[in-house]
Amino acid sequence: MIKFYLDTGSGTPPYLQIVQQVKQALRLGMLEKGDQVPTVREVVAQLVINPNTVLKAYRELEREGLLVSRPGLGTFVLKTLETSSPASHAALRRSLGRWLQSAREAGLDEESILALFTTTFHGTQPRESEGTA
Amino acid sequence: MSNALETAQLGRRYGRVWALQDCTLALPAGRIVALVGPNGAGKTTFLHLAVGLLRPTAGSVSVFGHSPQREPLTVLPRVGFVAQDHPLYKEFTVNDHLTLGRKLNRRWDEAYAVSRLNQFGIPLTRAAGKLSGGQQAQVALALGMAKRPELALLDEPLASLDPLARRDFLRALMDVAVADGLTVVLSSHLITDLERVCDYLVVLSHSRVALIGDIEEIVRTHKRLVGPRTDHTAVAAVHNVIEESHTARQTTLLVRVNGHIFDPAWEIADVTLEDIVLAYMGQARASVSEASGGGMGGPWRSPLDDEKHDEERDESEVTR
Repeated sequence: MIKFYLDTGSGTPPYLQIVQQVKQALRLGMLEKGDQVPTVREVVAQLVINPNTVLKAYRELEREGLLVSRPGLGTFVLKTLETSSPASHAALRRSLGRWLQSAREAGLDEESILALFTTTFHGTQPRESEGTA
Repeated sequence: MSNALETAQLGRRYGRVWALQDCTLALPAGRIVALVGPNGAGKTTFLHLAVGLLRPTAGSVSVFGHSPQREPLTVLPRVGFVAQDHPLYKEFTVNDHLTLGRKLNRRWDEAYAVSRLNQFGIPLTRAAGKLSGGQQAQVALALGMAKRPELALLDEPLASLDPLARRDFLRALMDVAVADGLTVVLSSHLITDLERVCDYLVVLSHSRVALIGDIEEIVRTHKRLVGPRTDHTAVAAVHNVIEESHTARQTTLLVRVNGHIFDPAWEIADVTLEDIVLAYMGQARASVSEASGGGMGGPWRSPLDDEKHDEERDESEVTR
């Protein structure tokens, strides 16, 4: 069984912190297929947080096919998270390397590159509605 | 989803002073609502109107579709109310309080109350006045929840408790919320007390609703923008500017964003819920002092507002 923790100063919404901690446990093999995750009531009692926060996190993980809820029994791990195949990693790493090279050639320093990456990353998040300023 | 509580242009006046005015809102069922505002913003008045202890001066309030004043027999069994400072009869034992609750309520689940009290190791034969502050709060909560309400209203339940007792109290309350799926409204002048447990927010300031909505959505849509000192009308045309401050070279804005901010001149940062709440309170204060002149400032005005109420001050000096 895993235990959750909450970083209230992190700026990451609490439900997302729970989602991330379950995924981390799946990646590290701390949770395996068929394992039960803590009940909503247990998480609420442990962290003293809003029950809807936990429900939302578990629903999100169900939607991604990682957890399954069995009414009256609890919530269980449906599949573990293999980190994606090393081959695709290598390819992504190569194209990122090329991009970084061209950014440096354009005269961007380390901080500017990080800032550009971060704003672009947040700007291309799914379901983000668009407007202009 | 249906609403547990709705108000329309709800207002309450004490003498010449409005404690709450023009309050139109809907609280969805199943949410845990933080009712936040400075002391005197109208939180207690709002809760007393919701539970029928006060009659509205203007507008209306309905709980599960019924008026708490006109249909108390329909509304009150479904509502649990814990008043400020969880008042108990100091000489009465915990058992006496249970007897009182049993005799006064149509809906009463004594086994439930007793099991909750046992869970916290509270001696049923002890006089309430001899219990610690935290234990008294737990007794008040257990009594309020013994009705098995669908809506729980708690007025400043954490104010008199130390940090450990606060945590225990909220844990007990969340446990009820999980098990029974009830709607909860908790008032406090500190949002940080409630941030972990609440998912819906109502900010009252100067007797009016300054901000309302889903907390996650509120935090997600508010950003702090820092940029070189420029005209920010382009930002203000698309996004709502809540707070602005300027130095000779820099402009800092707190905005509610509509969509994405593309202008690279602005550095964009997340804002804490506390900062957002404080910004809305500041905005409400500014609009009140702009609009004042009449007796509209609410019962507890800032010194700034008081200067504009010479007439009232004269009266109070006569009575002194």
